[in-house]
Amino acid sequence: MSAAAFAVRPASARQFAGTGILLRFALRRDRVMIPVWVAVNALLVLSMPSTIEGLYGTPAERADLVAQMGTNSSLRAMVGPVFGDSLGALTAWRVGITAGVLAAVTGLLVVVRHTRDEEESGRQELVMSGTVGRRAALTAALLAAAVANGALALLVTAGLAGQGAAGSLAFGLGVAGVGMLFATMAAIAAQLTESARLARGLTAAVLGAAFVLRAAGDSAKDDGSSPLTWASPLGWLSNLRAFAGERWWVLGLFVGAVLLQAAVAYALAGRRDVGMSFLPSRPGPAAGRLGSAGALAWRLQRGGVLGWSIGFLLAGLVYGGMAKGAADLVGDNDNAREIFQRMGGQSGLTDAFLAAMAGMFGLVAALYIVASVLRLHAEETSGRAEPVLAGAVGRLRWAAGHLAPAFGGSVLLMLLAGLGLAVGHGEQAGPILGACLVQVPAVWAVGGIAVLMYGLVPGAATGAWGVAGAVLLIGWVGPVLDAPRAVLDLSPFGHLPKLPGGPMEWPPLLVLTALAAALTAAGLAGLRRRDMTS
Amino acid sequence: MTKAITVSGLHKSFGRTHALDGLDLSVGSGEVHGFLGPNGSGKSTTIRVLLGLLRADAGAAQVLGRDPWTDAVEIHRRIAYVPGDVTLWRNLSGGEVIDLYGRLRGGLDPRRRAELTERFELDPTKKGRTYSKGNRQKVALVAAFASDVDLLILDEPTSGLDPLMEEVFQRCVAEERDRGRTVLLSSHILSEVEELCDRVSIIRKGRTVESGSLAELRHLTRTSVSAELAGPPNGLAGLPGVHDLDVQGHRVRLQVDTDRLDAVLRSLSETGVRSLTSTPPTLEELFLRHYQDAQDEVTAR
Repeated sequence: MSAAAFAVRPASARQFAGTGILLRFALRRDRVMIPVWVAVNALLVLSMPSTIEGLYGTPAERADLVAQMGTNSSLRAMVGPVFGDSLGALTAWRVGITAGVLAAVTGLLVVVRHTRDEEESGRQELVMSGTVGRRAALTAALLAAAVANGALALLVTAGLAGQGAAGSLAFGLGVAGVGMLFATMAAIAAQLTESARLARGLTAAVLGAAFVLRAAGDSAKDDGSSPLTWASPLGWLSNLRAFAGERWWVLGLFVGAVLLQAAVAYALAGRRDVGMSFLPSRPGPAAGRLGSAGALAWRLQRGGVLGWSIGFLLAGLVYGGMAKGAADLVGDNDNAREIFQRMGGQSGLTDAFLAAMAGMFGLVAALYIVASVLRLHAEETSGRAEPVLAGAVGRLRWAAGHLAPAFGGSVLLMLLAGLGLAVGHGEQAGPILGACLVQVPAVWAVGGIAVLMYGLVPGAATGAWGVAGAVLLIGWVGPVLDAPRAVLDLSPFGHLPKLPGGPMEWPPLLVLTALAAALTAAGLAGLRRRDMTS
Repeated sequence: MTKAITVSGLHKSFGRTHALDGLDLSVGSGEVHGFLGPNGSGKSTTIRVLLGLLRADAGAAQVLGRDPWTDAVEIHRRIAYVPGDVTLWRNLSGGEVIDLYGRLRGGLDPRRRAELTERFELDPTKKGRTYSKGNRQKVALVAAFASDVDLLILDEPTSGLDPLMEEVFQRCVAEERDRGRTVLLSSHILSEVEELCDRVSIIRKGRTVESGSLAELRHLTRTSVSAELAGPPNGLAGLPGVHDLDVQGHRVRLQVDTDRLDAVLRSLSETGVRSLTSTPPTLEELFLRHYQDAQDEVTAR
């Protein structure tokens, strides 16, 4: 073949060759995932104005609400400062952080899925052997995230336009900005780590830190001016002040950060080989001490247990420290009290705050237990379970090895959250620990559902994430939306006694524990009977 | 001879696909048994039934005298399994995985483990992700050969091995046989099977089509004969079992059913033989015949 057969094109164009094909390919693979995340997020935002109008019908009531929020540091820590009493401003205030977090998670999942995940699995090699430029894969992943966030911005801007065109545009762009900021951050993490799991974990840890920084900053200042708030991209979103005298220049922060992070990701990607990372794996021992399926499972899960434990303890300390502020609220403000009562379930405001926090930790622990139970599924589908089960290991024992860190780990997490809250708050250690531990049966029930789905319909096992997501949504947003009892009751967390402060009720705990045991047993019975897939 | 594996009339469907359709298999204790078949013919499905990972829809299977589904754990103490595509945990070293697999079976002979690691030139300190395909296979092979077991089930175990390592593998299998262990070897490398196996089963579309020692199987096929004779041959065409007869002057080429070889040779020597070559059928020819049949059926459809 002659040299002339190669098309002569500038080197820069070759770097991006094939990006269009890869982008179409990525969107095709994500044809369910991206629309679902975007639709849930948009629905959450767009349902808010009418909900707030239903709860606070008159301008006077809304002004009253804003006045109370301004004075309460604990409320601000949870949902951020409020800058105006219009329906639009209240919407941006109430769902801003939740929408930002959802957009961030969408962005990081999409980017890691199409970069490090592909490299780790080895699929990338085959793709790169085609006419595909060195930067095409990363670019396609970022563009896929941009498509998702662009769609979200469009839906939010159009849907909230009735509340004010400028505000809806600012809010839509702000939420999408948070999404792209974490998408590009995930792009950096995907260059640093060798495993997709670690890349997702690192980015999620940054997101968690951003959440806590903003909470700490907002509890200190009522106008979002704390440096801690400015250190958090979630704080930028509220400081954008959508529907309340938009500060358009804040969008520049998002653009700058996104461009900077993308540049770093490209620079890192250009300096490494396909499949390699900047945090390479070190050699391990030539001989091993692992001697059983249980030891193996613990070895595989211990890193996750440790990471989640640290997160729960730190978050507990931070939120425990804020609990005092809850009591500062003027005693006879019925509306704020009402929100807390719906979340926390009783009238003493410190107690209500602590109860709401315990409930929130329980909801997050439900995510942990699903992730942990689904390790069974990952081991099976990757083919790694097969040689283990070809050893003298029964399926139940193999499964028990992974279920122990799942179910035991959720007890540990709730204990650590309780410990953190108690130390941060400085009193009421016993009741706080109790409040956290009563969450465990509900967490277990979600875990039981995951085991059941995995055991009976392994093909649909990842649907357990949908269950955890629904439980999270009901528990997080349900009380604020004043959802009907029937909906709240769908979640196992809706049946728990509201502690501390409320009366202790054993029956729901016992029923939930029995339910979790029955679901787990049914799932394991299914696992014993069915074919192993691979 | 006692049987290490007996399977009769095994059926297994996945949805509308009939992966196994009345498969029979019999592996005697202490023999190396070759398990051959085209891609998708049901070899791995059979092996996964024998390991108790899949439950057969119908038919009987016994491994080491027990039911592979109900007594899986007991059987697995005495079995070592090597899959065709070994996946490892990214954060565990090869050495850790070898020891884990060994302990999950009947235990590991540390001397043999060290010796095998050396012979296969495996670096056991590397982590799972950094091994190449061939090296991942070596991890599973070292664990299997060093394990203290009675039966080895090897499912295309040498995929990705270089020719030198392939030779090491063959010597290891021979040593296992010498120690009285049973080996079920599924493979596409026919020279390997021909070299190692006492008996062979060929399956197609989930059914056993041939089973027996290589000598027996050869008996069922044709030997090719070419000869230069003293005069023009006569009567060859009329002999039973002669195929593809090609006569050019004094030269003769033909195929003959191996059990009819005798009559052909007698006829040739009556004419007077100047030179003679006779080639027994290779396993490849044997095997290709079954592949070919499968192909023909596909094209006929």
